[in-house]
Amino acid sequence: MRPAAALVTVAALALPACGDDGGATVTVLAAASLTDAFAALARTFEGDHPGVTVEVSSGASSSLATSVVEGQPADVFASASPAAMADVVDAGAAAGPPVDIAANVLEIVVPRGNPGDVAGLADLARGGLLVGLCAEEVPCGEVAARVLDDAGVTPATDTEEADVRALLTKVAAGELDVGLVYETDVIAAGDDVEGIALPPGAPASTRYPMAVLDGAEDPDLPEAFVDLVAGPEGRRVLRDLGFRAP
Amino acid sequence: MTTRRPAPPLALVVPAALGAGFVVLPLVGLLQRAPWSDLGAELAAPAVRQALGLSLVTSLAATAVSLVLGVPLAWVLARVPFPGRSLLRAAVTLPMVLPPVVGGAALLFALGRRGLVGGWLDDVGVQLPFSIAGVVVANTFVAMPFLVVSVEGALRAADVRYEDAAATLGAGRWTVLTRVTLPLVRPALLAGALLCWARALGEFGATITFAGNLPGRTQTMPLAVFLALERDRGSAVVLSLVLVAVSLAVLVALRDRWLRV
Repeated sequence: MRPAAALVTVAALALPACGDDGGATVTVLAAASLTDAFAALARTFEGDHPGVTVEVSSGASSSLATSVVEGQPADVFASASPAAMADVVDAGAAAGPPVDIAANVLEIVVPRGNPGDVAGLADLARGGLLVGLCAEEVPCGEVAARVLDDAGVTPATDTEEADVRALLTKVAAGELDVGLVYETDVIAAGDDVEGIALPPGAPASTRYPMAVLDGAEDPDLPEAFVDLVAGPEGRRVLRDLGFRAP
Repeated sequence: MTTRRPAPPLALVVPAALGAGFVVLPLVGLLQRAPWSDLGAELAAPAVRQALGLSLVTSLAATAVSLVLGVPLAWVLARVPFPGRSLLRAAVTLPMVLPPVVGGAALLFALGRRGLVGGWLDDVGVQLPFSIAGVVVANTFVAMPFLVVSVEGALRAADVRYEDAAATLGAGRWTVLTRVTLPLVRPALLAGALLCWARALGEFGATITFAGNLPGRTQTMPLAVFLALERDRGSAVVLSLVLVAVSLAVLVALRDRWLRV
């Protein structure tokens, strides 16, 4: 193919990718643990609102909050940590008060077969085990630190992972003997892991606030998305994935 | 009569200036965000010293391992024809192309407790993941190819007639290697070692995936910066500036050395 013709063909193929003519886009920043739930709800929303595209971007709530505060253009923010949402609200980036859409509970996770013979939190202090936690800088780590502190356990930590899914993967692969992740993560990993519930009194829960952000061109669509997630349809999807009611 | 050199062509100077600006601008951004008033307090934090110490020790160790293993490897690839040599050459370059996190995952599959070789290591009581040795392994994995490629290229381009001449003059093979071959490729060796060290110092993905992250044991500077970004921007900038300063100091110091060689 002659070079000029090739260039024109490539350009023609690439053009539809730039610019959305006619349809509106709702940009959602969501905590990593909400990825699956939001993917499903985004499709539902797009079905209810033809011509609208919902783009979901996931990450650690703390990083997402930082991006929002730094001015990243987005319409909605759903956080796994009230602290991250507070940062966004304090910076004046939220268009309205946040609404809690779900709750999650921390759980002990071990590889299938429980090779380390872990029975409870106290076992995390055993030096002979390979213990993984989330770094305290990320939401999962904050809750873990709270739980361990409350139980008076000093963990013999071997690694502080930067995100909960990385921790989960290492436990599932058997490279770590025990970790502290969310209930929803244990469910997501299926048969590769086993979960051990924490004692009932432990401060192991976290809630997920969600808010429409300032700077959305047309706040109606983002608000409608928040309503969908906070409403019965959203509750059902989240419950099916293992989240608890807020 | 002196001849004046013509001014450099604009067509080269303009893109060069843009290129330089592109590289320098983020550094200026860092400097501008630095919490200059809190600098003392931030630098005094034990986590900073731990991370810096760990980074320097592991990057130097990785460079040492790379020299011990990489130079012979480069020599074999350059001088010994064997079936599958080009395949091996490509495989050795692979860590440079692989996303570092993938490299770390691969190391875990090979050397982790449930890994290919790792199972045996575990039986003997050697634990590589989540240890400082693991950091050195991860760093070596990503950085050694830079040394190998640099030295191998120079060896292939070097004139073997010098080595032949030395041999005919009665030099044994070891003498030829140490007195003729290696000195001939010294610039490439030094450049390769420097690149190797720099790459090891900046390594993040493979380290955090294979060796994990624990302050004092496996949290190198890049990991510390990444986590600090989640919590405290000022702290992250300070850590970044420390790393930039150390790197610049070494690069500038070594630059002068090479040019005089």
